[in-house]
Amino acid sequence: MCIANITQLGLKELRSLAFDPIMLVLIAYVFTLDIYVAATVMPETLLNAPIGIVDEDRSPLSRRIADAFYPPKFQSPSLVSIGNADLGLDQGTYTFILDIPPDFERDLLAGRRPPVQLNVDATRMTQAFTGSSYIDAMVNTEVGTFLRHDAPGAVPPVDLALRIAFNPSLEQPWFGAVMQIINNVTILSIILTGAALIRERERGTIEHLLVMPVEPFEIMIAKIWSMGLVVLLACGFSVIAVVQGALQIPIEGSVLLFLFGAAINVFATTTLGIFLGTVTRSMQQFGILMILTLIPLMVLSGGMTPQESMPLVVQWVMAVAPTTHFVNLAQAILYRGAGFAIVWPQLLDLLAIGMTLFCLTLWYFRRAMRKMS
Amino acid sequence: MHAVSLHHGRTCALDGITLDLPAGQIIGVIGPDGVGKSTLLSLIAGARKLQEGMLEVLGDDMADAAHRRAVCPRIAFMPQGLGRNLYATLSVSENLHFFARLFGQARAERQTRIEDLLASTGMSEFRDRPAGKLSGGMKQKLGLCCSLIHDPDLLILDEPTTGVDPLSRVQFWELISRIRLTRNGMSVIVATAYMEEAAGFDMLVTMNAGHVLSVGTAKELLDRTRTRSLENAFIAMMPAAERRTHHDVVIAARPADVAADVVIEARGLTMRFGDFTAVDHVDLSIARGEIFGFLGSNGCGKTTTMKMLTGLLAAGSGEAWLFGERVTGGNLAVRRRVGYMSQGFSLYSELSVLQNLTLQARLFALPRSALAARVSEMLHRFELDHVADAMPDDLPLGVRQRLSLAVAMVHSPDLLILDEPTSGVDPIARDMFWQMMADLSRHDNVTIFISTHFMNEAARCDRISLMNAGRVLVCDTPAAVTASRRAKTLEEAFIGYLRDAARGETGTVNLSVSRPAAATRPRGRVAETWHGFSLRRMWSYTLRETLELARDPIRGTLALFGTVMLMLILGYGLNLDVNNVRFAVLDSDNSMLSRDYALNLAGSAYFVQQTPIVDAADLDHRMRSGELNLAIELPPGFGRDLDRGAPVAVGAWIDGANPQRGETIQSYVQAMQLGWLSGMARDRLGMRLAFGSVNVQIRFRYNPDVVSVVAMVPAMIPLLLLLIPAMLTALSVVREKELGSIINLYVTPVTRSEFLIGKQIPYLVLGMVNFILLTILATAVFDVTLSGSLAFLFAASFVFILSSTGIGLLMSTFTRSQAAAILATTIGTLVPAIQYAGLINPVSSLTGVGALIGGILPVTYFLVIARGAFSKALGFGALWPDLLPITASAVVLMVLCILLLKKQEK
Repeated sequence: MCIANITQLGLKELRSLAFDPIMLVLIAYVFTLDIYVAATVMPETLLNAPIGIVDEDRSPLSRRIADAFYPPKFQSPSLVSIGNADLGLDQGTYTFILDIPPDFERDLLAGRRPPVQLNVDATRMTQAFTGSSYIDAMVNTEVGTFLRHDAPGAVPPVDLALRIAFNPSLEQPWFGAVMQIINNVTILSIILTGAALIRERERGTIEHLLVMPVEPFEIMIAKIWSMGLVVLLACGFSVIAVVQGALQIPIEGSVLLFLFGAAINVFATTTLGIFLGTVTRSMQQFGILMILTLIPLMVLSGGMTPQESMPLVVQWVMAVAPTTHFVNLAQAILYRGAGFAIVWPQLLDLLAIGMTLFCLTLWYFRRAMRKMS
Repeated sequence: MHAVSLHHGRTCALDGITLDLPAGQIIGVIGPDGVGKSTLLSLIAGARKLQEGMLEVLGDDMADAAHRRAVCPRIAFMPQGLGRNLYATLSVSENLHFFARLFGQARAERQTRIEDLLASTGMSEFRDRPAGKLSGGMKQKLGLCCSLIHDPDLLILDEPTTGVDPLSRVQFWELISRIRLTRNGMSVIVATAYMEEAAGFDMLVTMNAGHVLSVGTAKELLDRTRTRSLENAFIAMMPAAERRTHHDVVIAARPADVAADVVIEARGLTMRFGDFTAVDHVDLSIARGEIFGFLGSNGCGKTTTMKMLTGLLAAGSGEAWLFGERVTGGNLAVRRRVGYMSQGFSLYSELSVLQNLTLQARLFALPRSALAARVSEMLHRFELDHVADAMPDDLPLGVRQRLSLAVAMVHSPDLLILDEPTSGVDPIARDMFWQMMADLSRHDNVTIFISTHFMNEAARCDRISLMNAGRVLVCDTPAAVTASRRAKTLEEAFIGYLRDAARGETGTVNLSVSRPAAATRPRGRVAETWHGFSLRRMWSYTLRETLELARDPIRGTLALFGTVMLMLILGYGLNLDVNNVRFAVLDSDNSMLSRDYALNLAGSAYFVQQTPIVDAADLDHRMRSGELNLAIELPPGFGRDLDRGAPVAVGAWIDGANPQRGETIQSYVQAMQLGWLSGMARDRLGMRLAFGSVNVQIRFRYNPDVVSVVAMVPAMIPLLLLLIPAMLTALSVVREKELGSIINLYVTPVTRSEFLIGKQIPYLVLGMVNFILLTILATAVFDVTLSGSLAFLFAASFVFILSSTGIGLLMSTFTRSQAAAILATTIGTLVPAIQYAGLINPVSSLTGVGALIGGILPVTYFLVIARGAFSKALGFGALWPDLLPITASAVVLMVLCILLLKKQEK
């Protein structure tokens, strides 16, 4: 192993990247605007939820209930005729249709418990879930206040003091921004290294390297450090300038510790890029294989939906993915302010995965280099 | 041609050229590298956009698009480089059919023409061999066949015989002259680096630095320059400044008595690829300081032998020694003493000349102090000073070749292995190159192992070896080789050897087919070329793309079965149910009531209880590590106070790191608390709470059990049908740009829409197969019933895949490198589709730019359609409005692609 060679080859990679303006623009976009858009787009679960109300009662109470729904959690409810209700759900105009039956107020005052029907489009899972229990509570509150009128009723004897830790107002941007950074780190580190390797193979320059006093190990590690550095710097910039700066998102834990974790993660993902670039023969194959690898890495590593809800088999499969551990790590450090004492197991996992992947890739890479040409 | 100029950026490739070329002749264009020969030819062919001046070809203005369309079936253009306009994975006859279709020929006509061309070029036996596996000479013959398929009136050949062995070259020109016999009036314009060839042309145009120096016959040229050979005439034509540096190559005789040690030694070197023997028991022994020439027809195993000697390729059997050491893959010490220059000049196109040299020097660990001096010495020695900051791709071939050599020599190796270093390089540059070789060998005692197709170069070697079909035919001094055949020239001897060998192999192959090439060819003009949209031309590209896909089964398999795998993992894994909430209780009361409260939570299907929390620090630690999603804190005196009716506060800590999950947990806890309270109130206090007096009946429609599978599986189909077809098409155009075959779009009658739609069709079909697979998977494996209209879903998928392949094409059209196309497609499809299209959060809930993006993404609307058709039992009636934006996007994307794609090179 020769440090000078690794340095030189890595610098060459950096120069190549600097020479590709489209690539640079894409990288810049991915770590600035893209993060910003992702942070500002991610809604709270209940935001502008479209609701329609079928008011068959037309009483003061039913109007009072309808008035209780207002932005930002709900769109101002529209009154829907009973005939149009189904169509509205079918076409996805509404997620919720609240049906207040005829004589609702009268029955209630008479001491009966008339049912109110809430139709929910359950294909919109998250919204359906949170929204329906929210609406349930709202209707009950309105009715309760209405019934008690002037005499305030008994306060429920036990007060539930809900405190949301780490993100008191459950603000989505916090989550969206950081998860987007993680996704982009994965995408870029795989494409940068993998595509660079395939390009060298397609152009024949790698063959040239192999007649020089350079070992495959050096070629590989050079690509890893250079592309990894680019991704890591961009990621650090993104966290500090975009997330903390432009978006004003408070970060609980140590950014340095996060970047340290990110470095290990990038080591693993860039290696993965080289692996994909080695097992595929052409850019065309690489493109498809990369997409097929990226989707599960993005969707199933816990950044979109929590791991614990997934079936065990999927959890096992995803346990070998570096991003799974990185997402865990990032959430712990950035949101919950966890320190090294808490996250060291994840760091160790990441390192183990990275090293294993590296050895495997090196073996494949050497073999491929020998069989090349 | 009048005052034609062309600029690449700041450099001027052609400077006010005025030229009249008569029809019906063979016109040669000669000149040093990088003087604008190729640019001139591509302008005449209409492949490049005219910038300044006036150019009339076959009677009309080439700046006029209508004329170009009309005239292009009468012109054929064969670009520089071996088989650059051919498709490597397609077979010989498939390539020919592809071109024939582009010129609108029907099956019967195609068949006769192709048979005819194959027979006359002696390629009939190889009709099923992929073009990429042909030797260089054969590639050029195939390229010529492809150019002649439509009976052009004007044939433009850009260095057609560069890198081709002498025998193939002779055959190539025989072929051309035969064709010209039968097609009177066909004009041929050829650029060439071989002066022997140029001597046979009717007329010669010499060029230098973007100017025309002379026009006339070869004889006139000789007379004017008072030289005897064209090579010398050419040199004499050059401006004095350039000529001054040139002098005849002088190679001192090798001292005969030196008992030199052997540098290269090979015994029984053999290499097999499958059942094909590339190198067959080659023995070599080369002494120090010797210039050893390695000759042979294309594909005879020269390159393979060289690669085995450098250790790039492990020898199949046999052994080789360099400097007395066994050649193994990993011997770094030996590598330091060898300089290797491969056929393709593997330079880093993204590094400048200086950077390429410096990198090489550093990799060979030149001492830092000497490095700068050595690099500038090399720049100076190879006359690269003035281009030190230029990019290799912007340089002419000859300069690139000098750079390659400089790179190979920067570390002062003892042995140079050079694989066809002079192919495509002009005579002056070649002579200069050889003088350097000679000096290195004689002064520095460097051993040089060189392969070449130039016979005058071979004659300069100390010894040459002639290789054919993997075997060494003869190995001796050039004079001895010539004498052994009793030939006049080395070339004659060489061709003699090759012809003998060919006869020996196949017995009866008659290499000089005497049958006139086009005797049986239907005379008269090609069927009038249809200028509107031609299905046949489009089909030609469709077929080509399909064949390429078929030749690379890994890609198709990945696309089909990869998605099936992905749907399985995602369908199960992408779970939005919030369950398995891990909670623990910090019970400071430990009364019956407090335990009951905890039990109530633990009894829920959503919650999983963990070991109790000990104290506040424990709570903090476990929340931070993410072990707990929820911590319940029951204060001291909880039971007592509750019994007394005094206000009690329960503390609930929820992990809000993932806000959506936090919110859901919050509503769960609230509901559980209410339930517990009303239960307790009923049981213990006998009172009814006003709270919860309305029974809200919640009906989860379409997905009564609120399971993720029902919501997610139909959503996976749009996602996968977007990503995979887009990625498949994303490389289709940019790949042709990188490999050079895009030239076929420039010079054949195919229109941009035919080109793009033709490329789109195979991926559309593949996408539909994918759709069918995924739908079967959804219904059969995931048990998600397709309750709505299958017919409508099918039709909508078709339109949707049109749109997603359109995205891929668009990315492919505007990017210039494959890597950028991949990145752009990923960022343009994967990220927005997962986040802004309503996969998880309905688009109506999005805000800001994301909502805007979500609104224009076709996948947003297809998600609605897929969910509607699967879960909501809907069909055309309810879903047609969502089909409109998808259709619009497909159309807009195609129009954008057509507008962005250029029919000519700039």
